Amino acid sequence: MALLTRADGTPDWRRRTPKADLLVWAGWLGAVALTVACFQFISDRTIWAFVWDAPTQGADLVARMFPPRWSYASQLWKPLLDTINIATIGTALAILIGVPLAFLAAHNTTPSRLLVRPVVLFVIVASRSINSLIWALILVIILGPGMLAGILAIALRSIGFIAKLLYEAIEEIDSTQVEAVTATGASRPQVLGWAIVPQVMPAFAGISVFRWDINIREATVLGLVGAGGIGMQMQASINVLAWPQVTTIFVLILATVLVSEWLSARVRHAVI
Amino acid sequence: MLLTIEGLTKRYPTGDLALDKVDLQVPAGQVMALIGPSGAGKSTLIRCVNRLVEPSAGRVQLDGVELTALGSAALRRARRRMGMIFQEYALVERLTVMENVLSGRLGYVGFWASWFRRFPRKDVEEAFRLLDRVGLAHMADKRADALSGGQRQRVGIVRALMQDPKLLLVDEPTASLDPKTSRQIMRLIVELCAERGLAAIINIHDVALAQQFARRIVGLRAGRIVFDGPAEELRAEALTDIYGEEDWSQTIRPAEEEDEAAEAAL
Repeated sequence: MALLTRADGTPDWRRRTPKADLLVWAGWLGAVALTVACFQFISDRTIWAFVWDAPTQGADLVARMFPPRWSYASQLWKPLLDTINIATIGTALAILIGVPLAFLAAHNTTPSRLLVRPVVLFVIVASRSINSLIWALILVIILGPGMLAGILAIALRSIGFIAKLLYEAIEEIDSTQVEAVTATGASRPQVLGWAIVPQVMPAFAGISVFRWDINIREATVLGLVGAGGIGMQMQASINVLAWPQVTTIFVLILATVLVSEWLSARVRHAVI
Repeated sequence: MLLTIEGLTKRYPTGDLALDKVDLQVPAGQVMALIGPSGAGKSTLIRCVNRLVEPSAGRVQLDGVELTALGSAALRRARRRMGMIFQEYALVERLTVMENVLSGRLGYVGFWASWFRRFPRKDVEEAFRLLDRVGLAHMADKRADALSGGQRQRVGIVRALMQDPKLLLVDEPTASLDPKTSRQIMRLIVELCAERGLAAIINIHDVALAQQFARRIVGLRAGRIVFDGPAEELRAEALTDIYGEEDWSQTIRPAEEEDEAAEAAL
């Protein structure tokens, strides 16, 4: 970036001018100083006795969690199935609403860039900005506790996620394929179905199973606020300090997530 | 006259003048090569004909219908009579060869019929016949992205022919192909035009190929037509007009050589 002239008149090149170099070093120095200052600030407000005690406390908790109470599992199958259902139905609902939103939001398929697109983009941002646990909290108040609140919480959060990733995929398609189908005399809906949908199918499949995979994990905590699923059992077990039961729940959740991870990988592989 | 272009002008929103009052006539059944340097407006010209690009001014008539005055539904009907062939083939990569070929019929079938891939029987028969004509009948159920460049361009040609067009708009059909395949594709296009009595405008930057396969050559430079004549009359002066100063002696196929080749063939 910096072309200089040496004393003997020949040209020289460096990445930065000496002045810019100095500024960069000053910047690094400032960043390190800020980090040290922040550490000092946090340290002053930490009760270190508790932190030094942490390994003992942790070991004590783990000791109380083992061995897991496997007999408790018999009471967990139903809530576990509820959790999977919340995630699956919630994702399906989000796909149903999110896919049309994506086509309304993508600048190459939207019916109106000035009117429709900004409104849809706002809906997408609104949906994405609120965590599903908070959606659940609100919905439990409105609908009462239960699975319905959980399903809607998952759906409301996922609509924005699916619509955003899908509209980005729609905007990245190869426009010459669209041009070619348009040139045959196809109508706009036909161009959508024949040139755009085939191109975004892999992205659609990937996004959907990815969100379903995330939703399985999110659905396991929704029970904490009363929105159904295995989280309710976890809450209850923690409240009565039944740590061996909590361990059993952890193991089941881990197994479920592993299976969902494997399934979504398979689906992504199949649709390329 | 099949195609009449009058005073066609295209100025892009960036201010670039791609076409400057172009007048051009193409009679039915004529294969015409459109040559010129990159950025001369060749692509813009053929895209203004089927209005993939909206012209800024001027008129385009196909078979007496003024394309530049049509509303969107009438334009879609008119586009069916203009098959387009693209440089990068522009097949829908994730659809099968047969689906790509049948997409040439989209202008003739309704939305739901096309969504469920229910095409009239004669369309499917015609698709098989044309695929067989270009030697790809065995590939009908392959996905388009599994084909080689030359095979893809053949599918592109068949898709255009499925439209039952009167005019082919061909945009650099050989630019992504090797010299041998380029010649095969050009020969195929010219043969098919002769078989079906189609007119064609072929954008091409390879002057030798243009001379070999087209009887009439039109030279475009900076949005204006600077040469329009039979292939034999394209001389060094004309190429200088089109492309600028260069030693053209090796580019042009001398007429004598052609005669010798013809004699040798006899």
